[in-house]
Amino acid sequence: MTDSMLIYKIILCVIVFAVSLGAAAYMTWGERKLAAWLQDRVGPNRAGPLGLLQPIADGIKMIFKEEMIPTHSNRWLFILGPSFFMLCACMTGVVIPWGAGWQSGETLYPMQVTDINIGLLYLLSVVSIGVYGVMIGGWASNNKFALLGALRASSQMISYEVAMGMALIALVMMTGTLSLKEIVAQQDAGFANVVYQPLGFIIFLICAFAETNRAPFDLPECESELVGGYHTEYSSMKLGFYLFAEYINMFISSAIMASLYFGGYNFPFQHELGLDGNVLTAVQTAVFFGKILMFIFLFMWIRWTLPRFRYDQLMNLGWKVLLPLAIANIIITGFVMLFTGKLG
Amino acid sequence: MLTEYAFWLLSFIAIFSGIATIISKNPVYSVLYLILTFFSIAGHYFLMNAQFLAAVHIIVYAGAIMVLFLYVIMMLNLNQLEIEKRSNILKMLAVASAGLLLVILSGAAHSADALTANPNKVTPAGMVEDLGIALYRHYLLPFELASILFLAAMVGAVYLSKKNLNETQA
Repeated sequence: MTDSMLIYKIILCVIVFAVSLGAAAYMTWGERKLAAWLQDRVGPNRAGPLGLLQPIADGIKMIFKEEMIPTHSNRWLFILGPSFFMLCACMTGVVIPWGAGWQSGETLYPMQVTDINIGLLYLLSVVSIGVYGVMIGGWASNNKFALLGALRASSQMISYEVAMGMALIALVMMTGTLSLKEIVAQQDAGFANVVYQPLGFIIFLICAFAETNRAPFDLPECESELVGGYHTEYSSMKLGFYLFAEYINMFISSAIMASLYFGGYNFPFQHELGLDGNVLTAVQTAVFFGKILMFIFLFMWIRWTLPRFRYDQLMNLGWKVLLPLAIANIIITGFVMLFTGKLG
Repeated sequence: MLTEYAFWLLSFIAIFSGIATIISKNPVYSVLYLILTFFSIAGHYFLMNAQFLAAVHIIVYAGAIMVLFLYVIMMLNLNQLEIEKRSNILKMLAVASAGLLLVILSGAAHSADALTANPNKVTPAGMVEDLGIALYRHYLLPFELASILFLAAMVGAVYLSKKNLNETQA
């Protein structure tokens, strides 16, 4: 790796980090505006035009609030919980290809921080350790409501990870690679993967809702039963981290769904436009962000439309519906590949 | 050079957290230290260019099994493990068997060939393609037998956890 490439990667890393944080901040604004629209209200409109400065005001408020650490809590783990949750939320952005790449002279600068050949497994492993932030925080609070929230979060995440991994296996069988860059590049030539894997996409979508703790799967922080769930005892910026990381997770899972199943940065007839390489990359990145916005809208739309599941319904859906469907999807994919002669 | 520093750092973390797992009085701390041990071992896999193994190690051990461990310990609310009174004979026997294990381990370490790290020779054994070929071509039968064994264990566990056996049999 040359020096210029290393510097470029570091800059790209910072940009990805900043964009996920900025997107998450403005998603809080978007969510409140959307909720207001769905409920025939106005929503935040005091800070700045259209309430656009609201996320900044919220951030300042979070930082300057009094910080409370309960006396009987476990101090170190209490701090570790939200920090770990935030860290895991920020770690996934590095494997997502945000665009084809910038051509500068001889070298091509890819719009992806790192293309590890186990990209999908990396995503799954970061998702699977993210639950520790919730569990440690909920236990360290020394509060029954927080503990119950943490237990619910862990069992929910474990259950839905299984179906999520199974849904991805069918996709991996079809594409023959674990690298996100190649999966996106393959969708340039043919249709997007959702055409071939509709069932897998639906399963992945439902599991993404459950993994990000979004309604209708927000049982770990179910207000009507558990006060505030795992973050009952948290205040100030630690609470901010928990809430903020949820939005980052939502942003990243939208990006993952867009790149795995909806063609990533590719769009139809992109090579017929006759655009120059770098201009095409800029358009592609814009299209990619459009797809991400579409999924974020879906996340919010569903949150303000559907009521919350009951806990046994949640477990039944995960183990008795989604998991068998995912396995059936693998078998069907295998047979189709066998009969169409697409086996490698 | 960087790899060597990473190796020493990871080894230190692994050994430190391994010891801390055993000597922690609080079971939740033990589990958390064990998770740290798994992470550092996954880091070692990365250093040995076994990326697939590292990712699967984190997904399976740190991501699934240890979450269940932590879940059970939190649910049982074992805040302070009660130290049982053990007789002196038991303690002496434990020391003796640990000493025997030490003899075996040091003997094995002594007779093993000195492994020298060669950064120029990158073995692709840990990459997904090579692992897949090894598992599904060369070792297909043992692999499938192992999975049948797991399936049998799973069915057995489900059967044992059924509370009212007589009703379900009818």
